[in-house]
Amino acid sequence: MSEQSNWKEFSKGLFKYNALFVLVLGICPSLAVTTSLKNGISMGGAATFVLISSNFIVSIIRPYVPREIRIPCFIVVIAAFVTIVELMMKAYLPTELNASLGIFIPLIVVNCIILYRAESFAYKNKPFVSILDGAGIGLGWTLSLCLVSGIREVLGAGTLFGLKLSKHYEPASVMIMAPGAFIVLGLLMGFFNWRKLQKKEKSMMVYKKDD
Amino acid sequence: MIKEIALIIVSLVFVNNFVLAKFLGLCPFLGVSQKTSSAFGMGAAVTFVMTLASAITWILYNYILLPGDMNIVGMVFPSVGETGLIEVLKTISYILIIATLVQLLEMMLRKMVPALYDSLGVYLPLITTNCAVLGVALLNTTDSPQHLGFIEATVQGFGGGIGFTVAILLMSGIRERLVLINIPKPLQGLPIAFICTGLMALAFFGFSGMVK
Repeated sequence: MSEQSNWKEFSKGLFKYNALFVLVLGICPSLAVTTSLKNGISMGGAATFVLISSNFIVSIIRPYVPREIRIPCFIVVIAAFVTIVELMMKAYLPTELNASLGIFIPLIVVNCIILYRAESFAYKNKPFVSILDGAGIGLGWTLSLCLVSGIREVLGAGTLFGLKLSKHYEPASVMIMAPGAFIVLGLLMGFFNWRKLQKKEKSMMVYKKDD
Repeated sequence: MIKEIALIIVSLVFVNNFVLAKFLGLCPFLGVSQKTSSAFGMGAAVTFVMTLASAITWILYNYILLPGDMNIVGMVFPSVGETGLIEVLKTISYILIIATLVQLLEMMLRKMVPALYDSLGVYLPLITTNCAVLGVALLNTTDSPQHLGFIEATVQGFGGGIGFTVAILLMSGIRERLVLINIPKPLQGLPIAFICTGLMALAFFGFSGMVK
């Protein structure tokens, strides 16, 4: 396989098939843990690790897995890697970070993104390409988590990465609570839709001119 | 006892609603809330699975995973009784139990109540990947601040399911009306649904502090 198509498999996950804003998958953790940038990055990292490893294993075992029982097999593979991640995070990361991610680390098992990539990509493709796909989709999801959590932390706590931005800004704490999460994600999705519509309109105009 | 049970249910429906305050089960909440009838079916199925799952995972947690004298595996292998299986087997065993439960429920409903089975349709197998079900199992056992009893755990599952049903019914009512409204084009579909959910969560905030 050429270098160019490898790059394509990786980069499609970043924007074209962005898990959060285009595919709209994995919403629960994207809203629950994005109260600060640090939480967003850790959650994205954990899910990306699980995604890459499960894609790799699924694409290796795919000749031996019958179609009828593939979903339970995928879930067991994913659950094994989630357990690894959970134990590693408990051992090496600070306790307050673990406490704020809470049950959403074990809940990576039921994150639709991972099962979706296993089913629709890794089950049909070779190991190397599957790793690239997992890395791309995972990185795209992490980037969108950073965007949501950055906005929420700046507006809701007046800080970024724990550093205070301005002493004149009175934080609107509703943004780091449940309603803020829904509204920020809704407006961001609306913004990306607006950009897409604008681009489409522009290309239509060019097309008309050519006529 | 009845007072405590009522308190748990009220708190899970209004104050700590699984969808609106804890962000659990958002995928079916947004995916199946277009029509009130299917929303109600989904809510009923999730409530049933959540109640059963929290009962069974409580038994599994207390008699197989937790270290101590109650551990059944520990009676055969004493080393397991000392350390317990909680760290390594928690996630895998819970998800397998939930998947089996959903499969069993599907077979039972098809045999015994075909009408309900038909109306639930494709939503039934989807409950396996509903994070509210795994979430309530984890919140009842490993991530609970204090050790819950069997009845408390089961009621927590039931209350969480009722809370999910209330939220998805309200949402489907809103979305049935959203179809008729002139919404700016970029916000149509999911974005406006998210914003509505945010406003609903804001409204439910008014209940906070009512029950601890």
